[in-house]
Amino acid sequence: MALIEAKKLFKSYGAIRAVNDVSFAVNRGEVVGFLGPNGAGKSTTMKLLTGHLRADSGQAVVAGFDVAEEPVLAKKHLGYSPEGAPAYGEMTVREFLRFAADLRGLSDPAEKVKSTLELCRLTSVAAQNIDTLSKGYRMRVGFAQAVIHDPDVLILDEPTDGLDPNQKFEVRRILKDMAARKAVIVSTHILEEVGELCTRVIVIAQGGIRCDESREKFLQRGTDLNQVFRQLTA
Amino acid sequence: MSDTTTPVSPSNSFAAFGAIFRREFAGYFRTPLAYVFLAVFNAFAISLAFFVGNLYESGIASLDRFFLYHPWLWAFLAPAAGARLWAEERRQGTLELLLTWPITVWQTALGKFLAAWAFLACALLMTLPIAFTVGWLGSPDWGVILSGYLGSLLCAGACLGIAAIASSLTRSQVIAFVTGFLACFLLVLVGYGVLDELLSGALSSGTVDEIRRLGLWRNLEPFTLGLLDARPAAYFLSVAFAGLGLSTLIVERR
Repeated sequence: MALIEAKKLFKSYGAIRAVNDVSFAVNRGEVVGFLGPNGAGKSTTMKLLTGHLRADSGQAVVAGFDVAEEPVLAKKHLGYSPEGAPAYGEMTVREFLRFAADLRGLSDPAEKVKSTLELCRLTSVAAQNIDTLSKGYRMRVGFAQAVIHDPDVLILDEPTDGLDPNQKFEVRRILKDMAARKAVIVSTHILEEVGELCTRVIVIAQGGIRCDESREKFLQRGTDLNQVFRQLTA
Repeated sequence: MSDTTTPVSPSNSFAAFGAIFRREFAGYFRTPLAYVFLAVFNAFAISLAFFVGNLYESGIASLDRFFLYHPWLWAFLAPAAGARLWAEERRQGTLELLLTWPITVWQTALGKFLAAWAFLACALLMTLPIAFTVGWLGSPDWGVILSGYLGSLLCAGACLGIAAIASSLTRSQVIAFVTGFLACFLLVLVGYGVLDELLSGALSSGTVDEIRRLGLWRNLEPFTLGLLDARPAAYFLSVAFAGLGLSTLIVERR
């Protein structure tokens, strides 16, 4: 069974159709790179899958649960880090993760917080207020709250945006370590991430899917990925 | 549901609600603003009672002159405390997190609302020394004083309900505060002379009397006299929970 299913999703903002008949399925072990220019509909599609927005029509299913019909059950299997990794800046990293663990009703939350801090290499800043952290650490905090419950489904909106090469490497390393056990969607502008992280690529432009294929097939389209991207999204 | 997914923790609505309540309540005390708020509330509550209400000069061991000004105080301070309820979540983007965690919007809203109400209750509790002072100077009816405190707390909840609606409509705490304050201020004015005179010129006396029933002071007054009437209590609770419900719907249907 696919862990993520988008079935004929439509979403409009007034006269603008942000998501136009989007359908795909993601299985365990797949890391899907969501590529597309700004305003293409990547984030909106993710928001429909996470239950943050309601689709005008169509169905979003996470771990077998309809996101609109059984949102709490679907969200229990879901880890999501929105664009910019928002968090409560006045809390320390440890407090924020403890809050996420309590809210998810995890058993032994203190142990879950400790192991997640170690997994995301946040232990050294655990007692710091999130407001005082660098962007790289803040992005990792966003990632940490998304994986604290070891979810089946992980949806990450631009998790490496604005990070320096070392920080990007670190986030990709953590993601690769856990990818085999999960269905993952990662939206990105960074085409090099396709080769380094993803097993499959979905290109979205003007609200619709322009290409949905394996990483190998996508990379065969040409050596200049920027040109491939421009052709697909034109 | 497939058997291939990882087992998840069973739903524990109360634990999730508790987590929201604790974070919100503690959140008030993470910034100096909370302490400023508590100091301002106490300073005004006591100053108004003594210097405007002439509590001491009246020579009566009663707190009705203290509670007289509470609708004004809550109209200003409940929107100040409630402005952050949703506006701050929108501003810092955490609303998206809250709405994608396994908790319903209603649980979140109730946790946030009750935490804010508990914070206002703390402000009110800090005025207890004035009650003890009156007890030391004379022999007040403690039942009446307790009833006054209950009425004031309910009045705070009603103002907070209005503040919650204002906060759910914007990402700016300033706009949420100003809108909430103006709406509460209108409810304070209802029943006071100026507005009564204006309304009497345009509406029938029966209608004016009905409108007068919606005033905050009109509903708080029976509590300050020790009259535990169900109608004013129902009024305050209706406004509080209508505000909570409407703000939740606004967030849910964003």
